[in-house]
Parts: sequence; C-alpha cells; structure tokens
Amino acid sequence: MAERKRHFPVRKTVQGIWGLAQNGHLAGFLTGTIYAGPLKQFCVPGMNCYACPGALFACPIGAMQASFSARRPKFAFYVLGFLTTVGVLVGRMICGWLCLFGLIQELLYRIPVPKLSIPKKADRILRYLKYVVLVLFVVLFPIILRDEYGVSFPYFCKWLCPVGALEGGIPLVLLDETLRQAAHWLYAWKMLLLALCIAASMVIYRPFCKYICPLGAFYALFQRFSFLQLKVNQARCTHCGSCARACQMQVNPAEHPCSGECIRCGACVRACPHQALCFGMASQAKEARMKEAT
Amino acid sequence: MLRNKENRIRLLVLLAGIGMCAYGIARGEMLIVLRKAAAICLECCGIG
Repeated sequence: MAERKRHFPVRKTVQGIWGLAQNGHLAGFLTGTIYAGPLKQFCVPGMNCYACPGALFACPIGAMQASFSARRPKFAFYVLGFLTTVGVLVGRMICGWLCLFGLIQELLYRIPVPKLSIPKKADRILRYLKYVVLVLFVVLFPIILRDEYGVSFPYFCKWLCPVGALEGGIPLVLLDETLRQAAHWLYAWKMLLLALCIAASMVIYRPFCKYICPLGAFYALFQRFSFLQLKVNQARCTHCGSCARACQMQVNPAEHPCSGECIRCGACVRACPHQALCFGMASQAKEARMKEAT
Repeated sequence: MLRNKENRIRLLVLLAGIGMCAYGIARGEMLIVLRKAAAICLECCGIG
C-alpha cells in the first residue's frame, strides 16, 4: 500500500506536466485566440484538441480527419505513420501516461460518489464501440460523406468528441463574442455529450477511453506487437488475482498481459504481492515466458 | 525462432511507421495539418 502511495503521484505528475506542456500557450486563455505557429504542424501522441486556446500542437485524430476530409482527400501517411511508430513502441502506454483527457476522467472518478459496475457481457460488447468509431467517424465518413461541393467534415470532432467541447468549445465561446453568437444546437449537443461524459467518469473509470476513444482503439491494435510489454513471471505468479482486482480497466494482466484494453498504468505491477509482473522490452518478455515454459 | 519472427515483425512495423511518416512529410501533409490546426476548428468547438 505504501508502495502504491509513493508511485501513484508519479503518473499523475507526468500526466499533469505533459498536459500543461502541450497546452502552454497561456496567452490564448486570456485573449480567446489559438496558437497558429509552426509547432501546430506536429501531432501529440494523445488526445488534445487543437482548438484549445493553449494548444501548441495538433491532435492526431483531428489531423487524420483533416487529411481524409480534404477536398482532394489524401491518405494520411504522416499522421498514420506517426501513430504507428508510437503504437509499436509503447502501445496504449500513451493513454495511461500522456493523455490529458484520461487524467481528467481519472480525477473525476476520485469524486466520492457510488460507482457503477457495467455487467461483463455489456462491457465486452461496448469495448468494440471504439473500433467502430475509429473506422466510421475518423476514416470512412470524412472520405465518403461529402456535400455537393465535395466538402467533408471531421465527423468525429463534430459529433462525438467531448475533448474539443471541453478544451476548445467552452473557453473560446466564453472569450469570443462572435463565437458565442454563432453557437446553436450543435453546441448544445456537444455540451450535452460533455456533461454525459463527465457524469459517466464519476461513476465509471475512464468511460471515454474504454468505449469511445478512436485513438485508444488505434493504439490497442499494437498492444500485442509493441516493443514495450507487460512481463509475467509464471514461476512467481500464484494466480491470487491481486493484479486483476487492482486493474481499473478490468483486465486480468496475469492471463492477458497483451490485452488491448491495458493502458499500462502499472497498477497491477504495484499490486502484485509476489513481484511477478514488470514492464520490459518485448524480446526480454518473450524470453522470460519461454524460459518458464521449459 | 518465434521470438526472432515476432521481433522482425515489430521492427518491420516500426520501419513502416517511420517510412510512412517521412513519405507524408515529403508530400506536404504537414501543411494540411498546419492549415487545419492553425485556424479555430469550429466543428471541434461545436459551432459549425
């Protein structure tokens, strides 16, 4: 327990510092403008809306849709290559350590209200939703659904993303009179989504990450093949279930260390009373498993 | 043997990722990202 208390703030600190660093254009929060300098052509690995007045970099999901929804759509080699590189290196560790919206959801979950337990079957089905969101709203709709002038939209950002509503919608509408006047039913819809997401985050651990986030879905595809892996020492593991109980993403790390749902927060590693779990490079992890099998 | 194969796949995916990124940059995709990100995204805010 003492170990957990010592480690816990480390991840929160990293998440907080990263969140502040990528939203370091503080003047934007005073003037209601956004940063438009050269850094904006680079993507961050986690979700962070580029309409946020503080955002210094681009959101990869928004950037991907920008490529797909262009009047002459381009395959998003740059963004997909960047995300593939990050994904194959660390998998969903980005979700656990470098996502500001993940941190916000975690903090909301600490509010002492009764927590909701989703039935296992429903939870399993709902987890596939994020892959549907990725394929339809981020890739297919921006490419296919166009108006008579050939113009398309970033459909995920427009209809589903609560990050943009929180980081961009609220501060900009508060600070900019013109935007305030232009806000109508779509703004109300996004505020409703945000309110639902906030309410759900108080009773369910990271509901957006579990069920909706297309970036988490993309990184999840690389969990099995990423260089960074969760290592299980079967000789030490007694299958006591401590790691599964500690995991708030409802993964059983001892049985499924490469699960696409694991955000590699390290809670299981700290919870294991036998030190049977650790993070390591893929080759070492495989080596350990093979050694134990023989 | 299996380990080598898996590591080779990992390395190939990593190289493919870096290659795609470099190719995207070479054909000017960063400009598309910059154009989108440097203006207020009305869709993201819920305005348009």
